[in-house]
Formats: sequence, C-alpha cells, structure tokens
Amino acid sequence: MYLYDDFDRTLVAERVAEFRDQVRRRLSGELSEDEFKLLRLMNGVYLQLHAYMLRIAIPYGTLSSRQLRTLAHVARRYDRNYGHFTTRQNIQFNWIKLEELPDAMADLARAGLHGMQTSGNCVRNITTDQWAAVAPDEIEDPRIWAEILRQHLTLHPEFSFLPRKFKIAVTAAAHDRAAVRVHDIGLRLHRNGAGEVGFEVVVGGGLGRTPFVGKTIKPFLPKRDLLSYVEAILRVYNQFGRRDNIYKARIKILVHDLGAEAFAKEVEAEWQPIRDGALALDPAVIAEVAARFRYPDYAELDDSPPELAQARATDRRFANWLGNSVANHKVAGYAIVTLSLKPEGGPPGDATAEQMDAIADLADRYSFGEIRVGHEQNLALPHVEQRELPALWRALDRIGVATPNVGLVSDIISCPGLDYCSLANTRSIPVAQELTRRFRDLDLARELGRLHINISGCINACGHHHVGHIGLLGVEKNGEEYFQVTIGGRADENAELGTLIGPAVPYAEVADVVEDIVAAYLELRDRPNEIFLDTVKRVGVEPFKERVYAAR
Amino acid sequence: MRLVRGGRVVADRYLRVLDEAPIPDSVPVIIPAARFLADAAELARREAPTGVLWPNNRRISELVPYLDRLALVALVFPSFKDGRAYSQARQLREQHGFRGELRAAGNILRDQFLFLVRAGFDSFEVVKDADAAVFAEAVRRYSVFYQPAGDRRTPALRARLQHARPGVADAHERV
Repeated sequence: MYLYDDFDRTLVAERVAEFRDQVRRRLSGELSEDEFKLLRLMNGVYLQLHAYMLRIAIPYGTLSSRQLRTLAHVARRYDRNYGHFTTRQNIQFNWIKLEELPDAMADLARAGLHGMQTSGNCVRNITTDQWAAVAPDEIEDPRIWAEILRQHLTLHPEFSFLPRKFKIAVTAAAHDRAAVRVHDIGLRLHRNGAGEVGFEVVVGGGLGRTPFVGKTIKPFLPKRDLLSYVEAILRVYNQFGRRDNIYKARIKILVHDLGAEAFAKEVEAEWQPIRDGALALDPAVIAEVAARFRYPDYAELDDSPPELAQARATDRRFANWLGNSVANHKVAGYAIVTLSLKPEGGPPGDATAEQMDAIADLADRYSFGEIRVGHEQNLALPHVEQRELPALWRALDRIGVATPNVGLVSDIISCPGLDYCSLANTRSIPVAQELTRRFRDLDLARELGRLHINISGCINACGHHHVGHIGLLGVEKNGEEYFQVTIGGRADENAELGTLIGPAVPYAEVADVVEDIVAAYLELRDRPNEIFLDTVKRVGVEPFKERVYAAR
Repeated sequence: MRLVRGGRVVADRYLRVLDEAPIPDSVPVIIPAARFLADAAELARREAPTGVLWPNNRRISELVPYLDRLALVALVFPSFKDGRAYSQARQLREQHGFRGELRAAGNILRDQFLFLVRAGFDSFEVVKDADAAVFAEAVRRYSVFYQPAGDRRTPALRARLQHARPGVADAHERV
C-alpha cells in the first residue's frame, strides 16, 4: 500500500473544494455546459446517455479495504448500489446526480480516492501489473514508478490541455500483465547488460480507430531520467500532436506520421537541456516515495500445506477454482487469488455494494487488508496464505466471485456499450452476458484453455477488441447493430492486433459466430494444449473465416 | 477583456498593431510574429518597449535571437483546450531565460490561471470580467504542488525531503 501524507491529502481536498465551486457555478448558470464540460472531465465526470457518470482512479490498481468500503458507500449512498470496474484500473459509477457529486468526491477524498484526470485530454490514471510486488517473475515493484509519475503528472501546468488523452502503463515483470505496448507510453523495467535496472520506453501504442503496437524509442533509460524523459515526450506531443481532428490527435498518429526515429530525435532534442535539471531523480527522492509503500509482514510458511492438498483431493469445485483462479506468490506459503467479476449472465466488471463490503472484510481477514484491480476487470487478493484458501474460497463462492473462469472464454472484457454510453454504436454487455451463458459449461471452458474475448461497442475500443484473442467491434449498418470479428490479437509482451475475418455479422448472430470460431479451433488445434492464439498463428484466419461464413 | 498583471486588473499600456498599420515610435507596441520577423533587426532597436504576438504553432527557437531586446511576448490560446502555449512559455522562461512580460492572450478563463502562472506567465488577457475579479483567489486555490515548473514553488517530491510544506508565499510575487 502507498500511504498518503499531508501533501497528497491537502491536494485532493483542495481539488474537491475547487470542483464544488465549479458545480455551483454550473448550477447557477455562470458556466455554460460547454465551459463546464472541460472542467468536469478533468475530474472524471462524464455526461452519459441517462445521467452523469463518475470515474474514480485506482492508481496502479491497489486498494485498501477501507478504500473499497468507501467505494461501496458511494455505490449505496449516491448510485444504484453497484460500481463498474474498467479496463484501466478505474471504477465507474453510472447514476450520480450532479448536485451530489461534490459530496461523493469529498467522501472519496477522505479515503484518499479521487477522479482527477480520469478523463479529459490529460495524463490519465497510470496503470500497472495488478500483481505488482507479489508476482514471482518481476524484478522490482513497478508501483513506485507509477506513483512517482502519478505525482509528477497530477495537475501538471504544461500537460493538462494536451491534444488528446494520454495513457501510461508500467510493468516490471517478464510477463506483461499491464499491456504496455498498447499505451501512449509503455514502460518496461528490465536489467541491462551491466546489471542496472532501467526502462525500455515504448511510445505510440494504442487501440481506438487506428490501432498501433507501440515503438521502442529508448531501449534503456536510467531511472534517474524517467521524469525528464517523459516530460520531453509530452512536450513534443503537446506542441506537435494534431489538434485539427480528434481522431488523429493521439500520440500514436504523431509517432506514425513522423516515423519513430524522427520522433525520438525530437524527444532527444527536448530532453538534453532538461535531463540534468530539477527533474533528475536522485536516489533520496526515489527512496522517499518507496518508503511510503508498505509491505505485509509475511509469516514463514511452506508451500503446498497439507490442508490445501486435502481440500483439493476431496472437493472438485474447490480443485477447479484452485487450478483456475489462484496464482503463485513470490513468498513461500502464500498465493494470489483472482476474484472473477464475470459470473454467468452478469455484466463484466460489476460489483455490488454488498460484494465490495464483503471483499473488504475478506481482505482484512486473509490478505493484509489489500485488494487489487486488474485491467481484465477482475479483482485480486494479493497475499493469501495457502492454508486459508479453502476457507476463503467458501466465502468468495457465497458472494458470487469465485466463478473459476479467469483467463477462460467467459472471462470477457467489455465496454459499457449502448446501455450507458453516448458514443456506442451497439450494445456490448448483453453480448457478453449471452456469451457467458453459451459457455457456462466450465469443463468445456477449461478444455478450451486460455481464450480472451474482448467487446467494444464502437471504434473507440474501450473493450480493447483489437487485442482480444477474439475481438468483437460494434458497428452500425443502416441503423442496425452489427459486429466486426477479429481473431489473433493479444496485449501481452508479444502484443499484436487481431485480423478481421470477414464482413460484419448482425447482432443476433454474434454469439453463434463466436461458437463457430471456438468449434473450428477445437477441430484445428494439433494438440489439447495448443491455445487458441497459437492455432490462429499456425493456420491463419482462413479456416476460421470459412467456418463462419460458409453457412451464412 | 480585462488585463490582469501583478494580481490586479490594470490598464494595458501596449498598443496592438495590426499587420498593415504604421508602428508609432514612442509607444509600447505588440506586433504580430510574421511582421516582427520580417523586420526584426530594425524593430528590436526601437526605443519604446516592443512586444511580439507569437502564434502557438511556430517554434520558439525562431524568436530566441531577439529575446533580450523584447519587453513582452504574448502567447496565444485560441481556445481553452489548446495547450500548446504552455510548452512555449516554459521553454521561454526556463530554457531561454526570458525575463520580460509573458502574456497569455486568447480564450483565458479562471480555471487556467494557476496553470498559466506555474508555466511562467505574468500577465493575462482575461475574457470575463468576473474571472478577472477573482484572479488572486483562483491562483491560491492550491497550496501544494507535485512538480517543478516555471514558477518557484517547491515540488512535493523535494519538499518532503526537506520536511517542510511546499512554498506558497513567495510564489505570488511575480504575478
């Protein structure tokens, strides 16, 4: 956990006071909706189809049990008793009244939570690996760097009116769970030949209308230079990013138009004059931030305790969940537990106030009071003693967050779609719900293995459809809802964009099409453990296309 | 429009000279960038203070050779949303050491004041009278700052090491 100090608390409180004044000016008519729009957006307030929506940042996906209880309170007091976890480690409340927003924000601020920069053309919530500091394959805690960046880029006087939104992600693990190659800036901590740890800097990745996998412009950036180099990138983007066309305004277009090499040269020219200035990070500054991350006082335990083996042998449902939702922890005797927010028939990523309160209690009891939020729209308890897993499982099962489908076909990532969003062409959530019903058979899901379905209700790609193993993109044709289908996308360290398999299919047929693709995969794979992605890679899209369109 | 300088609404002593109009000798003037550059050597020798209105899509490096003879640079915000001039301001102040008046022109509203001050601006052509009237209050809205910028406030990362609250008081002197 990162502990807020007086600086952090004061700033958030001052922000709430400022927003309260802005809402007052809007309600009194001093501000037009147009003028208010920019201000509310910088506080995470959108005007959706039916109501204002409030998006709250969960920096680097780490929540304390107290913070989760505060989110439950906001859901209960100001919303309709639930919240929606997004693909960028945020939570959204969909039904908050404008006049109550300042109070909701004040309640959140008391727990160190805020909506600053969760929307608008500024640097958004900085995301990272939801298994930070517990994953066995990481070289150090990436959240320290996310926090240093968060502070530096919060209310930044130069970069609060960028051409377009700006997303940064950090990973420090061999396996990239933060999708850094599809961010405006992706940072990968790694060790160079001399054994020093620094950053690979990737720019210009992103999804949306024009998807790109980012380009590496700095293979190794020393830690001391992180802020100055990011500042130089943002300065180049702020000056030269396009502002004439909202669809061409992201940094990926600038990087693409200039070419990665010329872009890197511009950055270099901005960076050299500032790299040894006030932004150079000296070790004392880094240590000060690092010191405010608190780590659990782990007990000395052995892996695979007898209680676990016994429960696994005697309870098949527990064994299935253990095999699916529990991951190795870097400390012996502990485990990382993923809580599926993808129950059969449910909207992906939603949690009720009761569930949030119950999870907060379970975090206190079993996970040192800590909860993580991942970009797959699931939660995790990061520090669970292995011997407690059977008891924890029973408790999670009771509140409906133990569906053993993590990473499987029904663990669907979806945007809110036309049920909430004013930009959407199509509904997304009902498609996800239908797919979870079609693939309710968990034995079949396990048989299929790792398979990610991502759904976006429009080209803005909030459901990250380009990097879904199967991606569904909602489009409108003559007033009807259709879906384009891509396969073979992935967001990990080998990030790739999916390939379109053919003409868009009508809304009513999209679940059938996914079933066809899955059936084709089962026939095409050359062995049971060849995952869907590898089969696509080996045979190409053609056999899938034939299967889907032969009968249509 | 109201001009705010030194934290107060003041009269503008500069005359804005349009592209074709003659430039009077003994009056402070603000000249559009293209006209200034066309005759820069001559204009920079004027006795009365000379300012230039610099568009936000032109590199600051073109202006750098004349900075020590310019009394004012006005940077432009065509709309509230277009933040290019924040970068130009910081380059002028922090990299090129410009110490003259740095003026924010265009669509300037109250919610930008503090960002503008932090980027190094010290005069402001404010669109709404009501916004100009609350300038001093608006720039005091925040007392803590996370990052170093064109003002002299101590950023939190450093201030924490000094176990002091970040500087507030001295920050407003220039405004």
